[in-house]
Amino acid sequence: MVIVDRIVILIVLAGTFVTLAGAIGLLRFPDFYTRLHATGKCDTLGTGLILTGFMVFHFVHYSSTPLVPIKVLILIIFVFIANPTATHAIVKAAYRTGVRPWHLGEKRR
Amino acid sequence: MLSFFWFTGLLISLAILCCLYRAIVGPGIFNRVAALNVIGTKTIILLVVMGYFFERPEFFDIALLYAMLNFIGTLVASKYLEKGQLWS
Repeated sequence: MVIVDRIVILIVLAGTFVTLAGAIGLLRFPDFYTRLHATGKCDTLGTGLILTGFMVFHFVHYSSTPLVPIKVLILIIFVFIANPTATHAIVKAAYRTGVRPWHLGEKRR
Repeated sequence: MLSFFWFTGLLISLAILCCLYRAIVGPGIFNRVAALNVIGTKTIILLVVMGYFFERPEFFDIALLYAMLNFIGTLVASKYLEKGQLWS
Protein backbone atom coordinates (compact mmCIF):
# COMPACT_ATOMS: atom_id res chain seq x y z
CA MET A 1 0.00 0.00 0.00
CA VAL A 2 2.76 2.44 0.96
CA ILE A 3 4.84 1.54 -2.08
CA VAL A 4 1.89 2.12 -4.40
CA ASP A 5 1.32 5.48 -2.71
CA ARG A 6 4.93 6.43 -3.40
CA ILE A 7 4.61 5.39 -7.06
CA VAL A 8 1.44 7.50 -7.37
CA ILE A 9 3.20 10.50 -5.81
CA LEU A 10 6.12 10.08 -8.24
CA ILE A 11 3.86 9.91 -11.32
CA VAL A 12 1.74 12.90 -10.24
CA LEU A 13 4.84 14.97 -9.40
CA ALA A 14 6.29 14.21 -12.84
CA GLY A 15 3.04 15.35 -14.46
CA THR A 16 2.95 18.52 -12.36
CA PHE A 17 6.55 19.30 -13.37
CA VAL A 18 5.70 18.90 -17.07
CA THR A 19 2.59 21.09 -16.67
CA LEU A 20 4.56 23.84 -14.89
CA ALA A 21 7.25 23.67 -17.60
CA GLY A 22 4.55 24.20 -20.24
CA ALA A 23 3.15 27.18 -18.34
CA ILE A 24 6.61 28.76 -18.05
CA GLY A 25 7.12 28.15 -21.77
CA LEU A 26 3.84 29.93 -22.52
CA LEU A 27 5.05 32.80 -20.36
CA ARG A 28 8.62 33.13 -21.65
CA PHE A 29 8.89 32.18 -25.32
CA PRO A 30 9.21 35.05 -27.82
CA ASP A 31 6.58 34.16 -30.42
CA PHE A 32 3.11 32.72 -30.91
CA TYR A 33 4.28 29.57 -32.70
CA THR A 34 7.00 28.80 -30.16
CA ARG A 35 4.53 29.29 -27.32
CA LEU A 36 2.17 26.76 -28.86
CA HIS A 37 5.13 24.44 -29.41
CA ALA A 38 5.65 24.51 -25.65
CA THR A 39 2.05 24.15 -24.52
CA GLY A 40 0.66 21.76 -27.12
CA LYS A 41 2.88 18.92 -25.98
CA CYS A 42 3.40 19.71 -22.31
CA ASP A 43 -0.31 19.98 -21.58
CA THR A 44 -1.11 16.66 -23.21
CA LEU A 45 1.68 14.78 -21.45
CA GLY A 46 1.06 16.44 -18.07
CA THR A 47 -2.66 15.69 -18.15
CA GLY A 48 -2.00 12.09 -19.14
CA LEU A 49 0.55 11.53 -16.36
CA ILE A 50 -1.50 13.13 -13.58
CA LEU A 51 -4.73 11.33 -14.52
CA THR A 52 -2.86 8.00 -14.84
CA GLY A 53 -1.55 8.49 -11.31
CA PHE A 54 -5.04 9.14 -9.98
CA MET A 55 -6.36 6.08 -11.82
CA VAL A 56 -3.79 3.86 -10.09
CA PHE A 57 -4.66 5.50 -6.76
CA HIS A 58 -8.34 4.73 -7.28
CA PHE A 59 -7.68 1.10 -8.21
CA VAL A 60 -5.73 0.55 -4.98
CA HIS A 61 -7.65 2.58 -2.40
CA TYR A 62 -11.27 2.45 -3.61
CA SER A 63 -11.36 -1.04 -5.10
CA SER A 64 -15.08 -1.45 -4.30
CA THR A 65 -16.02 0.91 -7.17
CA PRO A 66 -13.94 -0.27 -10.15
CA LEU A 67 -16.09 1.45 -12.79
CA VAL A 68 -15.29 5.02 -11.76
CA PRO A 69 -11.69 5.09 -13.13
CA ILE A 70 -13.08 4.12 -16.54
CA LYS A 71 -14.38 7.70 -16.67
CA VAL A 72 -10.86 8.96 -15.98
CA LEU A 73 -9.56 6.67 -18.75
CA ILE A 74 -12.13 8.10 -21.18
CA LEU A 75 -10.97 11.57 -20.10
CA ILE A 76 -7.32 10.67 -20.85
CA ILE A 77 -8.17 9.29 -24.30
CA PHE A 78 -10.31 12.35 -25.12
CA VAL A 79 -7.57 14.78 -24.06
CA PHE A 80 -4.96 12.86 -26.08
CA ILE A 81 -7.15 13.19 -29.18
CA ALA A 82 -8.63 16.66 -28.68
CA ASN A 83 -5.74 18.76 -27.41
CA PRO A 84 -3.39 18.35 -30.41
CA THR A 85 -6.36 18.92 -32.71
CA ALA A 86 -7.21 22.21 -31.02
CA THR A 87 -3.57 23.33 -31.15
CA HIS A 88 -3.40 22.47 -34.85
CA ALA A 89 -6.62 24.41 -35.53
CA ILE A 90 -5.31 27.55 -33.79
CA VAL A 91 -1.95 27.37 -35.58
CA LYS A 92 -3.63 26.88 -38.96
CA ALA A 93 -5.93 29.85 -38.37
CA ALA A 94 -3.00 32.04 -37.31
CA TYR A 95 -0.88 31.00 -40.31
CA ARG A 96 -3.66 31.67 -42.81
CA THR A 97 -4.43 35.10 -41.37
CA GLY A 98 -0.80 36.11 -41.77
CA VAL A 99 0.91 35.93 -38.40
CA ARG A 100 4.61 35.85 -39.32
CA PRO A 101 7.04 33.56 -37.51
CA TRP A 102 9.76 35.06 -35.36
CA HIS A 103 13.35 35.14 -36.59
CA LEU A 104 16.53 35.49 -34.60
CA GLY A 105 17.42 39.10 -33.91
CA GLU A 106 13.89 40.50 -34.14
CA LYS A 107 12.02 42.09 -31.29
CA ARG A 108 10.04 39.83 -28.91
CA ARG A 109 6.30 39.99 -29.37
CA MET B 1 -2.20 11.62 0.86
CA LEU B 2 -4.77 14.37 1.35
CA SER B 3 -2.07 17.00 1.86
CA PHE B 4 -0.41 15.81 -1.33
CA PHE B 5 -3.64 16.44 -3.25
CA TRP B 6 -3.72 19.93 -1.76
CA PHE B 7 -0.12 20.50 -2.89
CA THR B 8 -0.89 19.32 -6.43
CA GLY B 9 -3.89 21.63 -6.64
CA LEU B 10 -1.75 24.52 -5.45
CA LEU B 11 0.92 23.89 -8.12
CA ILE B 12 -1.68 23.61 -10.89
CA SER B 13 -3.27 26.87 -9.69
CA LEU B 14 0.18 28.46 -9.98
CA ALA B 15 0.39 27.24 -13.60
CA ILE B 16 -3.10 28.68 -14.25
CA LEU B 17 -1.89 32.06 -12.90
CA CYS B 18 1.07 31.98 -15.34
CA CYS B 19 -1.33 31.33 -18.23
CA LEU B 20 -3.71 34.04 -17.00
CA TYR B 21 -0.92 36.60 -17.38
CA ARG B 22 -0.55 35.57 -21.04
CA ALA B 23 -4.32 35.68 -21.54
CA ILE B 24 -4.56 39.25 -20.19
CA VAL B 25 -1.35 40.83 -21.51
CA GLY B 26 -0.59 38.72 -24.59
CA PRO B 27 -0.31 40.71 -27.85
CA GLY B 28 -2.90 39.78 -30.40
CA ILE B 29 -6.02 37.65 -30.26
CA PHE B 30 -4.35 34.31 -31.04
CA ASN B 31 -2.20 34.37 -27.92
CA ARG B 32 -5.33 34.90 -25.86
CA VAL B 33 -7.21 32.02 -27.49
CA ALA B 34 -4.24 29.69 -26.97
CA ALA B 35 -3.92 30.73 -23.33
CA LEU B 36 -7.64 30.10 -22.78
CA ASN B 37 -7.26 26.61 -24.26
CA VAL B 38 -4.37 25.88 -21.88
CA ILE B 39 -6.35 27.21 -18.90
CA GLY B 40 -9.23 24.90 -19.81
CA THR B 41 -6.95 21.86 -19.95
CA LYS B 42 -5.49 22.67 -16.54
CA THR B 43 -9.02 23.14 -15.17
CA ILE B 44 -9.77 19.51 -16.11
CA ILE B 45 -6.84 18.34 -13.97
CA LEU B 46 -7.94 20.62 -11.14
CA LEU B 47 -11.49 19.18 -11.25
CA VAL B 48 -10.19 15.59 -10.98
CA VAL B 49 -7.92 16.59 -8.07
CA MET B 50 -10.92 18.19 -6.35
CA GLY B 51 -12.93 15.03 -6.91
CA TYR B 52 -10.34 13.00 -5.01
CA PHE B 53 -9.81 15.69 -2.38
CA PHE B 54 -13.50 15.88 -1.42
CA GLU B 55 -14.10 12.16 -2.23
CA ARG B 56 -16.95 12.98 -4.59
CA PRO B 57 -16.79 11.18 -7.94
CA GLU B 58 -19.42 13.49 -9.49
CA PHE B 59 -16.60 15.89 -10.34
CA PHE B 60 -15.37 13.50 -13.08
CA ASP B 61 -18.57 14.01 -15.09
CA ILE B 62 -18.10 17.76 -14.84
CA ALA B 63 -14.50 17.30 -15.99
CA LEU B 64 -15.65 15.32 -19.05
CA LEU B 65 -18.22 17.98 -19.94
CA TYR B 66 -15.66 20.72 -19.45
CA ALA B 67 -13.18 18.94 -21.74
CA MET B 68 -15.75 18.70 -24.54
CA LEU B 69 -16.88 22.33 -24.13
CA ASN B 70 -13.27 23.56 -24.12
CA PHE B 71 -12.45 21.64 -27.31
CA ILE B 72 -15.54 22.87 -29.17
CA GLY B 73 -14.97 26.44 -27.99
CA THR B 74 -11.38 26.49 -29.22
CA LEU B 75 -12.36 25.04 -32.60
CA VAL B 76 -15.19 27.56 -33.07
CA ALA B 77 -12.98 30.50 -32.06
CA SER B 78 -10.19 29.49 -34.44
CA LYS B 79 -12.60 28.94 -37.34
CA TYR B 80 -14.21 32.33 -36.74
CA LEU B 81 -10.82 34.03 -36.59
CA GLU B 82 -9.70 32.32 -39.79
CA LYS B 83 -12.74 32.89 -42.02
CA GLY B 84 -14.46 35.88 -40.46
CA GLN B 85 -17.78 34.04 -40.23
CA LEU B 86 -19.03 30.73 -38.91
CA TRP B 87 -21.54 29.61 -41.55
CA SER B 88 -20.09 29.75 -45.03
